[in-house]
Amino acid sequence: MRKVYLDNNSTTPILPEVRDAMLPFLGEYFGNPSCLHEWGDPPREALETARGQVADLIGGAPEEIIFTASGTEANNFAVKGLATSNQKKGKHVVVSAIEHFSVLNSAKTLEKMGFTYSTVPVDKFGVVSPAAVRKAIRDDTSVVSIMHANGEVGTLEPIREIAAITKEKGVIFHTDAVATAGSIPVNVKDLGVDALSLAGNMFYGPKGIGALWLKKGTRITPLLDGGLQEGGRRAGTENVAGIVGLGKAAELAKAQMTARVAHLTVLRDRLLKELPARISRVMVTGHPQNRLPGHASFCVEFIEGESMLMLLNSQGVAVTSGSACTSRALLSSHVLLAMGLPHEIAQGSLLFGLGVNNTVEDVDYVLEVLPPIVDRLRQMSPLYSKFLKQQSKGG
Amino acid sequence: MPIYSEKVMEHFMHPRNVGEIENADGIGEEGNPVCGDMMTFYVKVKDGRLEDVKFKTFGCGAAIAVSSMVSEMAMGKTIEEAMKITPKSVADMLEGLPKNKFHCSNLGAQALHKAIEDYLSKQKAGGKA
Repeated sequence: MRKVYLDNNSTTPILPEVRDAMLPFLGEYFGNPSCLHEWGDPPREALETARGQVADLIGGAPEEIIFTASGTEANNFAVKGLATSNQKKGKHVVVSAIEHFSVLNSAKTLEKMGFTYSTVPVDKFGVVSPAAVRKAIRDDTSVVSIMHANGEVGTLEPIREIAAITKEKGVIFHTDAVATAGSIPVNVKDLGVDALSLAGNMFYGPKGIGALWLKKGTRITPLLDGGLQEGGRRAGTENVAGIVGLGKAAELAKAQMTARVAHLTVLRDRLLKELPARISRVMVTGHPQNRLPGHASFCVEFIEGESMLMLLNSQGVAVTSGSACTSRALLSSHVLLAMGLPHEIAQGSLLFGLGVNNTVEDVDYVLEVLPPIVDRLRQMSPLYSKFLKQQSKGG
Repeated sequence: MPIYSEKVMEHFMHPRNVGEIENADGIGEEGNPVCGDMMTFYVKVKDGRLEDVKFKTFGCGAAIAVSSMVSEMAMGKTIEEAMKITPKSVADMLEGLPKNKFHCSNLGAQALHKAIEDYLSKQKAGGKA
């Protein structure tokens, strides 16, 4: 059977060049980079090479890169660490309603520690309005954290415009760029942010490695206490192989960016256009144009995401869904609900994360196998039969 | 997908008794789209036995497998026997359900019972014995 991996929003495959770069650090170069003997030299040098590669990807300086164990850690670090270190300014943070849980739940944890936070709403496309951010900023606001793009609906956020506001207000601005860094051109100076999170497994690097870029001179309270790794900001012996992999993935992403974006945009647009043309009552979620190049997301009415996902899996296609049934918490996607979608529509969510290895044939295969799956589930759905009955009454 | 037993997968891939019964003797609905699962059961009763059982389900793989299994367990049974079908007996017949899905997806027995109760209350109202 044809195998089509379309879940690059969950994780991307590790490129062979990335794996090859990592392997020596799982073998002969096992040394601890903090050690002064010669075993420490290759890993220490490799760390600094990777730091340069990651900095280069986002237009930052190497000393502004702090390696973390994930995008989640980078987000936790930014939100909690920046709020804690800037308490003199105030104890209020601003986030959007569609942030990743690593940001939202960090804000909730801050609340338990005596901080407060405000949640900025989004429109039906999942776009955060800069005016709403301006309104949410108070005199005691110290940190604003708004994502660069949402991984569930693909929408790109107006980070530059928001940065102009935070700058004017003297508030630190962090952006979760896990969905964008390595996928589209990201430049910290151009964006005007103070802190930015990224993760290796979102752009063909390994899992378990991420980074926080923190503008020079910005104070942050470490999450982890311990040794003086990462300039004293992130203790713990470094995941050298992971960092090397992240660095290599960053280098490749930068070199191949234009070609990747062009390739993924063609595939994405084909899905966005053809799927609603072949299946009735399907809506595109997220912004129709201003979205991640490899991201196509939909809600299919009257049926539920997990059963679609399982039937697609039985046809060799890997996708994901924001339905309650697919989440471990059994809750509908907070992103889709924040965009104003009713629960029963959100349950039909389907996400396609296209990757560099995908082809037009992959997309066509999905366009071929999905309509009968939707049909089959609709024949089973009480919501669909209700809809048909109402329609026949109405018409 | 290894989160489900082979039995669940088998019923999900090949659900039995999907559909509606025209002029059903009883209809029962359980669940709602907010939690993600919704089931409607239809029963046809003859001489105190479920002559036909059909269902329509909106929901995850487990919910569809549960509905299919319940319809199979109830088919041909007496009303008393069908009322003894429980979420636990359904889950056992399916060789287990994921713990977190036990409650939300396992509504088939309730929906079936509602359909039977609907039949019984219609009987009462109609004066038929």
